[in-house]
Amino acid sequence: MVLTVEDKRPVNLDLTTIKLPLPGFASILHRVSGFAIFLALPILLWVLDQSLMNEGSFAALQEVLSGFLIKLIIFAILAGLIFHLIAGIKHMLMDAGIGETLEGARRGAAITIGLSGLLILIAGAWLWLPM
Amino acid sequence: MVTNVTNLGRSGLSDWMMQRVTAVMLGAYFLMMMGFFVCHPQLTYEEWRSFMGNSAVRIASLISFLAIGGHAWVGLWTISTDYFKPTGIRFLFQAACGLALVVYFVWGVQILWGF
Repeated sequence: MVLTVEDKRPVNLDLTTIKLPLPGFASILHRVSGFAIFLALPILLWVLDQSLMNEGSFAALQEVLSGFLIKLIIFAILAGLIFHLIAGIKHMLMDAGIGETLEGARRGAAITIGLSGLLILIAGAWLWLPM
Repeated sequence: MVTNVTNLGRSGLSDWMMQRVTAVMLGAYFLMMMGFFVCHPQLTYEEWRSFMGNSAVRIASLISFLAIGGHAWVGLWTISTDYFKPTGIRFLFQAACGLALVVYFVWGVQILWGF
C-alpha cells in the first residue's frame, strides 16, 4: 500500500540543528544505552564464563579486571545498565500515568539523569576506591 | 489493521507487555547480582561457584537470559523499524540481531550448566 499525502509542512531532519529537550535527551540515551548493552553482552558472558570455569580462570580474570582499560569498559557497561534501569523505571511510572504532563515529563527526565548520574558516580567509586 | 510479521508477539500490545514484564525480571536480576557483589567485596572462587550453582540462582539466571532475548528483540526491532526503511536492510539488521540473541542465549546456558 502506498500512501500519497500532500504534505507541504517543512521537514527538518538535520540532527545538528535540533536542540533536544531534556525528556528527548533522556529518551535517546535510553535507546543508546540499551543498544550498547546488547553489544556488550558478549563481554559480560565472557566474564561470567571465565569466572566460573575453574579456580585458575577465576584468578586470571581478577588479574585482567584490575587493568585500567578493562575496568573502564566494565564501568561503562555498568553506567549503561544503571541509566537504562532508571530510565526504564521512569518509563513504567509514565505508563501508570505518573508524570505525564509536560512539566512532569521534564521533571522525570531531570530526576532520571540526576539519579542515574549519582548512582554511576557511586559505582565508579565502588570499582576504583579500595574497600 | 496493520499486521507485522517480524515483531515478537505479532501485536504491538503484546510486545509492549512483553517488554515490560521482561524489564521487571531483568531489573530484579540486576539488583540481586549487584547486591551479591556489594555484600562480597573479597569474593572467592568457592563462594562465587556455590552462589551461581545454587538451583534458585541458576533458574533466575536462566529466566533472565530468556528475558534478555525477548526484551532486546523488542527494543532492536523498534530500532530497526525506526531507522531502516528499505526492507532488505531492515531484514538483514533484524536477522543479525536475532542470530546474536540466540547465540547469547545458548552460550549463556552452556556457561550456567558447564561448571
